[in-house]
Amino acid sequence: MAFREYNVGSICFGIALAGSMMITIFFPTGDISNIPATEISLDKQLTYGYESGFNYWDPFLNGKNKPLKVTLTKDPVTGQPMDKTVAYVFKPGVKFPNGIYKPRILGHGPKELSERLGRISAADDSKGAVFVIKHGTYKGKETPYIENVTATKGWQPEKVLATAGDANTSYAGAGKTMFIREGCWWCHTLLPEETQDWQTFGRPPMTGDFNGESPTAFGSDRKAPDLLHVGSRNSSREWMMLHFFNPRLVQPHSIMPRYNYLWGKTDAHGNPIDLAKWSKEYQEFYEGKRIYPPEVPDYRPDSEIRYLIDFVLNLK
Amino acid sequence: MIKYLFAKEEDIPQGSAAIFFAFSSIVWFIVGTGLGSFNAAKLAFPDWFTNSYMFQFGHMRQVHVMTVIFGWIAMAFAASMMYITPALGNTKLWSEKLGVWNCLLWNVGLALGLATLWSGMTSGREYSDFIWPIDLYIAAFIAVPWSLNVWATIVNRRTQGIYTTNWFFAACVFMTIIVFLIGNLPEFFHLTGLNEGYMTWWFAHNILGLLITPVAAAITYYMIPKITGNPLYSHRVGHLHFWSIVVFYSTPAAHHLMSSPLPEWLKSFASVEGVLILVPAIAYVCNILLTMQGKWTMFVENVEIKFTMTGVFLAIPLNMQGGFHQTRAINWYIHGTGWIVAHAHLALLGFSTFAEAAAVYYGIQVLLRRKLYSLSLANFHFWMLLIGFSLYWTSMTIAGLIQGAGKVYEVPYIDVVIAEHPYMIVRWLGGTMVFLGNIVWLYNMYMTARAGEVVPEGRLPHEVAYQR
Ligand code: HEC
Ligand code: HEM
Repeated sequence: MAFREYNVGSICFGIALAGSMMITIFFPTGDISNIPATEISLDKQLTYGYESGFNYWDPFLNGKNKPLKVTLTKDPVTGQPMDKTVAYVFKPGVKFPNGIYKPRILGHGPKELSERLGRISAADDSKGAVFVIKHGTYKGKETPYIENVTATKGWQPEKVLATAGDANTSYAGAGKTMFIREGCWWCHTLLPEETQDWQTFGRPPMTGDFNGESPTAFGSDRKAPDLLHVGSRNSSREWMMLHFFNPRLVQPHSIMPRYNYLWGKTDAHGNPIDLAKWSKEYQEFYEGKRIYPPEVPDYRPDSEIRYLIDFVLNLK
Repeated sequence: MIKYLFAKEEDIPQGSAAIFFAFSSIVWFIVGTGLGSFNAAKLAFPDWFTNSYMFQFGHMRQVHVMTVIFGWIAMAFAASMMYITPALGNTKLWSEKLGVWNCLLWNVGLALGLATLWSGMTSGREYSDFIWPIDLYIAAFIAVPWSLNVWATIVNRRTQGIYTTNWFFAACVFMTIIVFLIGNLPEFFHLTGLNEGYMTWWFAHNILGLLITPVAAAITYYMIPKITGNPLYSHRVGHLHFWSIVVFYSTPAAHHLMSSPLPEWLKSFASVEGVLILVPAIAYVCNILLTMQGKWTMFVENVEIKFTMTGVFLAIPLNMQGGFHQTRAINWYIHGTGWIVAHAHLALLGFSTFAEAAAVYYGIQVLLRRKLYSLSLANFHFWMLLIGFSLYWTSMTIAGLIQGAGKVYEVPYIDVVIAEHPYMIVRWLGGTMVFLGNIVWLYNMYMTARAGEVVPEGRLPHEVAYQR
């Protein structure tokens, strides 16, 4: 560095780069981090759990280590009937979402209430816990917060799951992992645009709708309908099942890939699934040699497609 | 090359690292465009090649993108830096051995990264799809040794000043390391929520803006004066370009998320800074075009100039699109449509690929001291790339405008899908041309190494006439 100019230049470079980092990272993230969580973001983080992308507890993205979302109509402790209640069940060992570990990210309001009324700091992931979303008032404003019902009411994960039963249990958390792994977000967005999507795809998300969720998987490249509210447009499990097995069964012009391999090796009745044979028969149908397309097999309740459909139907 | 891994530094011929990098990059280019063409086929013909986990579109798309960015673009950059930096400093590469190791580790790491990605292990974040252990590997074994070699070569130069190209090289590799480490913070430290979403695009924007476009520009700053013999038109304008890249290009990351609920001030700021990107863009293009004064015949006659200048010409629409389509007035119409895909390919497959291909063509000839094997094949490659790219760009731009119109008029989405179908087929055809052209290129470069005319001592390849 023989020239003095180069020293000056290097210093200017450092200042310029540091300045730009200041403006593009420090200020925005500080600003974003202060936003109070909305009820939507509390629901999303409790549904999807700690992380839906690659992580130490589920490196191959199989949907492991995820909470379950159940709908209860009976109190799991007393057995008495009660109003429909949505509870998020974390079995022992399942990681909690970020908002439980670091209540700070819930923002002012939800943080204080969740800690004071909801007793979330008492939750222990090695023992498991059940959470629900409640509403309280913080500084005169209605504010959603998380309640750790294991601490407040003694609801135990296994008991809650048994009370709800498989039919009222949603694997949406594991389904989000499938959504990430299968790359649905290369075609579908989860972000109705503020400018023109209200009519077609529904309400765009607000700033506080994301606290604790990772990855957010907005999607940047829309080749297909936005899915953020697809569950309110179409809530048919049957349709979803046909559509995922081969989208051309219900929408002949679709370019969506087949997700038939998510059924696994066997169907709900234990019969092996032969995809090659199915494709051959479908081809015959396509060429007009058959009147009906081949049957779509029923999926097993623990198959990956069950997770995915639960996830999609949960997108209200 | 393997034998040089454990050889003494003095025994490694100069340019080994650059040649190793150059050939690796061509191979990855073929792999990457092959995957691209496969993806395009899947979007055009969804019932083709189904029933399999591995070959589903959602698993292959990111593999294509990562292969072309980290295999082709970045490796061709490394190849260029490994011979241009010493040439401009009138010295040798600081360490050929480090360069050869760097290239080996790069190939291994990339193969590993792509394999994990392909098998479904992804962070779920666009452009930072690699899982964080791979990100750390890239920072430690790819970016850092690469940068060290570039910096140390510049420090050990035997010229007094540092030419513009080397300014860019040294600064861009530095910024790449920073961007890599900061952009992946959400994965390293499990940051969540809107911060994660924003940082994803902060990374994407900066890896494109602080590595890919400026280094491609820096390469043309070397190629044009070197081959035409004209001095660079203005070093001052070159400095304007450099400084405005550092200041303006590093700030508008949020313009990728204009329709998301980020704070409004951030989006407005990003949008204004985004327009200011036109400053470096215009400075750069003018500087190069003026450098060509009096030598325009070489645009036709000389294949390296032909590639470089085509890249520079493609930078004009690229920057005009870039500057304007990120403003709120326009962005809502084309956001998330094929228009953006066309734009991404204009930057990568258009501008920077053409500039780099020139550098790889030239570098292999200079370093091996052999004249290009076949000019006809090179011209064939050029036209395959250019026509293939043009088909790609035009078809995706039209598809994007159709999607934009679909948004405004709220037609059922499936009608948009139907309307796009012909353009999807054209995109696939165009992309396949690029892929086929690249295979020819690899053959041509291999034959150059094997059977090219030997360039006499003291001459440069472009000064020697073709014999056949
Ligand atoms: C190649 C792009 C592509 C991929 C990848 C893709 N889809 Fe689709 N998807 C489409 C298209 C196009 C449509 C609209 C036509 C139709 O209904 O099939 C669609 C429609 C849908 C619909 C119905 C939307 C509505 O508004 O009724 C759902 C639900 C859906 N996809 C879910 C998924 C999920 C879940 C995945 C990942 C496992 C996925 N898609 C992957 C292209 C894709
Ligand atoms: C054979 C030529 C190529 C073909 C057929 C091709 C095809 C594709 C396809 C189908 C996609 C997905 C686009 C979508 O989601 O709609 C894609 C994305 C992408 N490709 Fe290529 N590609 C080719 C060459 C290249 C090259 C040479 C580069 C870079 C040097 C490149 C960079 C990218 C990038 C960055 C994306 C992501 C675009 C985005 O996020 O919108 N491609 N490509």
